[in-house]
Amino acid sequence: MTIYGKTIKFGDNIDTDVILPGQYLLLIDPTELAKHAMKGLDPTFTRKIQDGAIIVAGKNFGCGSSREQAPLALKHAGVKCVLAESFARIFYRNSITIGLPVLRCFGISSKVEEGDELVVDLRAGEVENKSKNLVLKATQLPKFIMEILDDGGLIEHLRRRIKSE
Amino acid sequence: MNIIEKILARASGREEVSPGEIVEASIDVAMIHDLTGPLAIKSFQKIGAKKVWNNQRIVIILDHIVPASSVKSAESHKVVRNFAEEQKIDNFYDVGQGGVCHQVMAEKGHVRPGDLIVGADSHTCTYGALGAFATGIGSTEMAAVFVTGTLWFKVPEVIKVNVTGRFQNFVTPKDLILNIIGQIRADGAIYDGIEFAGSTIQNMRIDGRMVLCNMTVEMGAKTGIIVPNETTLNYVKSRTDKPFKPVKSDLDATYKKNLEVDVTDLEPQVSCPHSVDDVKPISEVDGVEVDQAFIGSCTNGRLEDLRLAAKLMEGRKVSKRVRLLVTPASQEVYLEALKEGLIKTFLEAGAIVCNPTCGPCLGGHLGLLAPGETCISSSNRNFVGRMGSPKAYVYLASPATVAVSAVTGKISNPRLLKEAKKIDDLWKNH
Repeated sequence: MTIYGKTIKFGDNIDTDVILPGQYLLLIDPTELAKHAMKGLDPTFTRKIQDGAIIVAGKNFGCGSSREQAPLALKHAGVKCVLAESFARIFYRNSITIGLPVLRCFGISSKVEEGDELVVDLRAGEVENKSKNLVLKATQLPKFIMEILDDGGLIEHLRRRIKSE
Repeated sequence: MNIIEKILARASGREEVSPGEIVEASIDVAMIHDLTGPLAIKSFQKIGAKKVWNNQRIVIILDHIVPASSVKSAESHKVVRNFAEEQKIDNFYDVGQGGVCHQVMAEKGHVRPGDLIVGADSHTCTYGALGAFATGIGSTEMAAVFVTGTLWFKVPEVIKVNVTGRFQNFVTPKDLILNIIGQIRADGAIYDGIEFAGSTIQNMRIDGRMVLCNMTVEMGAKTGIIVPNETTLNYVKSRTDKPFKPVKSDLDATYKKNLEVDVTDLEPQVSCPHSVDDVKPISEVDGVEVDQAFIGSCTNGRLEDLRLAAKLMEGRKVSKRVRLLVTPASQEVYLEALKEGLIKTFLEAGAIVCNPTCGPCLGGHLGLLAPGETCISSSNRNFVGRMGSPKAYVYLASPATVAVSAVTGKISNPRLLKEAKKIDDLWKNH
């Protein structure tokens, strides 16, 4: 799976309350959720990513609550992948569950700038920064997680499993 | 093995597990609430499943936005209510029957030592206070649990926090955990477990232990846990007749790191906006003016918290510039507080006592903040926009600090109150 996109950059400890503020948690439709993505931090975010984007962030991305609505909002707002120095545990699992690729990539915040063009090879665990002519090594995802992402998320993955049983 | 490894080994049918291994484990209890439940139910239906794997092992609690504040929240309640009925889930706590989910889970005997529990809520880690391995998961993963009764876990490394010393009066387990978060930082325990041990923990009551485990997620931890002792067993036995098997860490168990904390000289701690790990001793922040004060949440809305706050407020008035909100954590806590006269004290002081709910803590319902306002809160998060406007400020502190600050109108140290010495015994052996 190869992903292309322009970088939108964030810092450390980006929490789920800014990714999707609590007052929007009652929204069920993902396209409605998407309208409020990152509202707590950058009200212009959804305009910025109309053509799809890759988020590059620092440490502990997605900390805070267990709301799956946070990665859902990002995915449906057009975020193709999130690359970070580290992820909060529940956000990480939720992203894979809903089919939003997330890769841990040490040192990425100092090697990528806002607007840089990236090519992410998920299977190989590699990030190429086209704008700076750099290749960065990310933590490879285990096989069973790749299978979930290949199926487009946990729901499809389980549906397949149930069918094949 | 340590307690976490033992529980994960038992639940995945293995003799032994070690950190980093990925195991598929059987779930003993699974919990959803009104904000994460509807999405879990939607995913459950999308998977195409008809019946949950075990309707006795599922607990559903309406607590985040109760009673419904809008047509939308009423609809979310209805979705969850219908699901409970359709799947014959007996452990369903509707509005007025339970309260804040993590408190209700413990009170109603759904948390038992040695169990593996998942909840679609990040503060599920609270249950470690009773010696269970409990952690938060997302809605769709919960749907997968509802279908299969199992889930994958990476066996975490564990940080052991050894706590010794006796608290000074009006210094509480909340001050301890804020201090620990300040040391470990918001990302210092990502994916790790945290085991609390030591004489201070051994002597701590259940309410306080729940505060410690509750906030481990604010350091990124997968869970907090305390090896059960007599206090734990007495509590659990008074709450359930179901059998359970307590587990403890071996003497030669391995840990990623050991942290020693002595509470003897600990002063009240305050977490400053907008990051939970920006923790300062109260002497560095006292005097900050507040507009609202909040006592409640799954962190500090228990009886012990209300007793302490009421004691400090007796015969006093909430400052004219402050709104004080008190939300007991459960119907049971509320009723007990009523019997003890605590509710009367709050009302006479000029507080508003709300029904048990998570509402104010997450800016979902009741007491939202306007731009530029400041709140001192006994809850667990002070992120941008957490309690309302993204331009509001939230300071986190103990119920004692919140109560005294509500009276003075600015962040104040409860230990400096003249009366502090007179009510020494209230906080003794804590």
